[in-house]
Amino acid sequence: MRVNVEVNGQPMTADDVWPGESLLYVLRERLGLPGSKNACEQGECGSCTVYLDSVPVCACLVAAGQTEGRRVRTVEGLATGEALDPVQEAFVRTGAVQCGFCTPGLVVAAHDLIRRNPHPSDAEIREALAGNLCRCTGYEKILDAVRLAASTVDGEA
Amino acid sequence: MTGALTTSSVAGAVGDSPTRPDGALKVRGEFAYSSDLWADEMLWGATLRSPHPYARITSIDISAALTLPGVSAVLTHDDVPGANIYGLEHADQPVLAENVVRYEGEPVAIVAADHPETARRAADRIVVGYEVLEPVTDAETAMDRAAPVLHPGHPTGNVVRHVVIRRGEPDPAADVVVTGEYTVGMQDQAFLGPESGLAVPAEDGGVDLYIATQWLHVDQQQVARALGLPVDRVRLHLAGVGGAFGAREDLSMQVHACMLALHTGKPVKIVYGREESFFGHVHRHPAVLRYEHGATKAGDLVYVRATMILDGGAYASTTAAVAGNAATLGVGPYRVPNVAVDCFGMYTNNPPCGAMRGFGAVQAAFAYESQMDRLATALAMDPVELRIRNAVAEGSVMPTGQVIDSPAPVAELLRRLRARPLPPPVSTPVDLREMPGGVSNTTHGEGVVRGVGYGVGVKNVGFSEGFDDYSTARVRLEVIGGEPVASVHTAAAEVGQGLVTLQAQIARTELGVHRVTIQPANTAVGSAGSSSASRQSYVTGGAVQAACQAVRDEVLKLATDRLGREVTTLAEVDLVEVLGSEAVERTVEWRHRPTYPLDPTTGQGNAHVQYAFAAHRAVVDVDLELGLVRVVELACAQDVGRAMNPDAVLGQIHGGTAQGLGLAVMEEIQVVGGKIRNPSFTDYLIPTVLDMPPMAVDVLELADPHAPYGLRGVGEPPTISSTPAVVAAIRAATGRALTRVPVRPEHIVNR
Repeated sequence: MRVNVEVNGQPMTADDVWPGESLLYVLRERLGLPGSKNACEQGECGSCTVYLDSVPVCACLVAAGQTEGRRVRTVEGLATGEALDPVQEAFVRTGAVQCGFCTPGLVVAAHDLIRRNPHPSDAEIREALAGNLCRCTGYEKILDAVRLAASTVDGEA
Repeated sequence: MTGALTTSSVAGAVGDSPTRPDGALKVRGEFAYSSDLWADEMLWGATLRSPHPYARITSIDISAALTLPGVSAVLTHDDVPGANIYGLEHADQPVLAENVVRYEGEPVAIVAADHPETARRAADRIVVGYEVLEPVTDAETAMDRAAPVLHPGHPTGNVVRHVVIRRGEPDPAADVVVTGEYTVGMQDQAFLGPESGLAVPAEDGGVDLYIATQWLHVDQQQVARALGLPVDRVRLHLAGVGGAFGAREDLSMQVHACMLALHTGKPVKIVYGREESFFGHVHRHPAVLRYEHGATKAGDLVYVRATMILDGGAYASTTAAVAGNAATLGVGPYRVPNVAVDCFGMYTNNPPCGAMRGFGAVQAAFAYESQMDRLATALAMDPVELRIRNAVAEGSVMPTGQVIDSPAPVAELLRRLRARPLPPPVSTPVDLREMPGGVSNTTHGEGVVRGVGYGVGVKNVGFSEGFDDYSTARVRLEVIGGEPVASVHTAAAEVGQGLVTLQAQIARTELGVHRVTIQPANTAVGSAGSSSASRQSYVTGGAVQAACQAVRDEVLKLATDRLGREVTTLAEVDLVEVLGSEAVERTVEWRHRPTYPLDPTTGQGNAHVQYAFAAHRAVVDVDLELGLVRVVELACAQDVGRAMNPDAVLGQIHGGTAQGLGLAVMEEIQVVGGKIRNPSFTDYLIPTVLDMPPMAVDVLELADPHAPYGLRGVGEPPTISSTPAVVAAIRAATGRALTRVPVRPEHIVNR
């Protein structure tokens, strides 16, 4: 089947999509956007988190056909040209990135948190990121990154 | 298409914490991991695996798979072009099973098709006839003479290795004796990026493999042998690696992808899903450890006797080395005059076990630290005081007879942790998020008891027991765009730890340049050894330093010639002027000082190049009625010799601590009758951000005079000591003996 979906502001079309394919597969293998990661493919790890019509979802749990006519924003769509989004910048600066496989999903989840709650407490950050697994960092520097991003966004506002 | 990554950076010397050169790509989603690769006309590979832990293969019928539209190849053991056998230390594992399968999940056939789902469906259509055999699922009964011999050619039956350590008197007397039997469950590395890679057939009949691995050259050797190709026709390129922790030291899909690519003449990509990943790599050895500690009334250790049984599963992998570590580090960082250790690494029909962060030291530490707490109770001594009293220091003798010849601040690590203020009690009114059970609303504080516990551990850094452990670095210095630029080329695997950052820092420090380019890691340069054993900063760091120094010496010669006066430091000259259009390049193979094999009957010998130490203090809240645990704080003190990149050091300590917490209270591959029951992140639980407490870290920098920059390996020690610390804290809260990890609610609740 054919799927028409707006991704990162661009209308895109994927052809020959098998109905069993997930949004994650179509993004990664048909639309040239492998930034969203395939770590568990059952909605446990959050590595494939993307916005679907402004709501963060695990792209592995969304059938590609469900996105027909809808808007998707992936980790590749957060930066403005060369300029990183403050959340991305904070992840780099605080050392929240090691292997980086969880990073795209965590960046989108943190981006969503700060959008909803510009001044999250530590407990709120933990709650918001509880669906994103990281195996390298023990989350300490990810918490630093989100705190820094929140302060940066706040300073700009 | 490829994962090859050249990074360039301009800031940060040794001791600084520059940001990662690959950081921006990673946060943008543009870093090419092995599973992201793509090539024109690429096919997808899939693997058919054995459903049985032990069975004879009576037939394989691939005809139904071959007729499925979209399928390009279906291959079995008959199609392995070279030797159908591989293995890290001991080649005993078939590329594709022939005649017999020895574990559930063993690869039997492989398929290439134009869509991954087509490949999987084709694999399902292969009909394999099995004569199911009774599996050997207990490492201890595998020793019985009556047990089936799983590898008939193996000279010591089902015993992969028996390590013996004997030191001091065989029968010493002690005032106080404590004994215990401890069990460690099977832990998974659970890296986030599943096994994957892309094999591209080459015009010379060889193959280029873009792969996430820990050691390109050991993969290359094994792949070439299985393909029956000369090593130079099998070129490996490091693709982006989504974590490793030991699980990428053995081959997984490497040979399979290359076979399919060479057979079809097309690029072939294989990407495991999470479930397949649980079957696709080795795990941490489960262990049973029986200990007896004897001490004087005053609390001085007199002797330790230990028998350790490590379940290596169906194939040897690194079992022999894991057993060597467990045995040689088996009494922990303590002075013990009389030691008798027997450590057995066994073959069974359980999932194969091999390298995981901590590598034998983790299992031993849970046992010896539990024993130290038990001994403290028997002596009515403070457990920290008992540890400090017996702690090794520089000059102490290990059970192998090896003298520790660099700082060993074990007592200081413990003192620092003890001096740290304890976290405040839970706030009132109760915030459910601070309670064991969290927002499940299982308690408002009733039945919740706090406990505090300590753990300390020791790890060897680098490869031991006489292994020729080296790394190769090629460094080039030239003027590009009017600026001196250093280029560093190694085959060392960046697996997340930050080695690409560190290599640039070393080059900057040694050559005084700003701009450093790190070339993609591949087999076009000599081996760097494995990104394991906490060794890369030491060994590849040492190689990069040595190559930079060789370049510097040449540049100084050049400067002396050109300027007509003796030049002794790079700071005296303008590199642009001295180098002109010339490039200076040196390749250096660098070795740490040699280690030696253990005497086979006494276990004596200078087997290790460096010891590294970490200690933890855990504070836990336990719901005694439900057996739920919340770790409130997990503080670490570790000596790193020299913090080459302080932020990266902290990252290693945080991450290692988290994996130790996971083993303490949640992580276990459940194996029943040789079969994995929980191969998913739904059922195999790793710590989330809600499970991890704040981790205060105290980093000591006591230089090791034998190591480059005085550094000490960092990655593994924190994984070793956090597990016993958490369990000790739960014991303190509950009064339960807790002799098994992970601790489950029923261990706390049941009487």
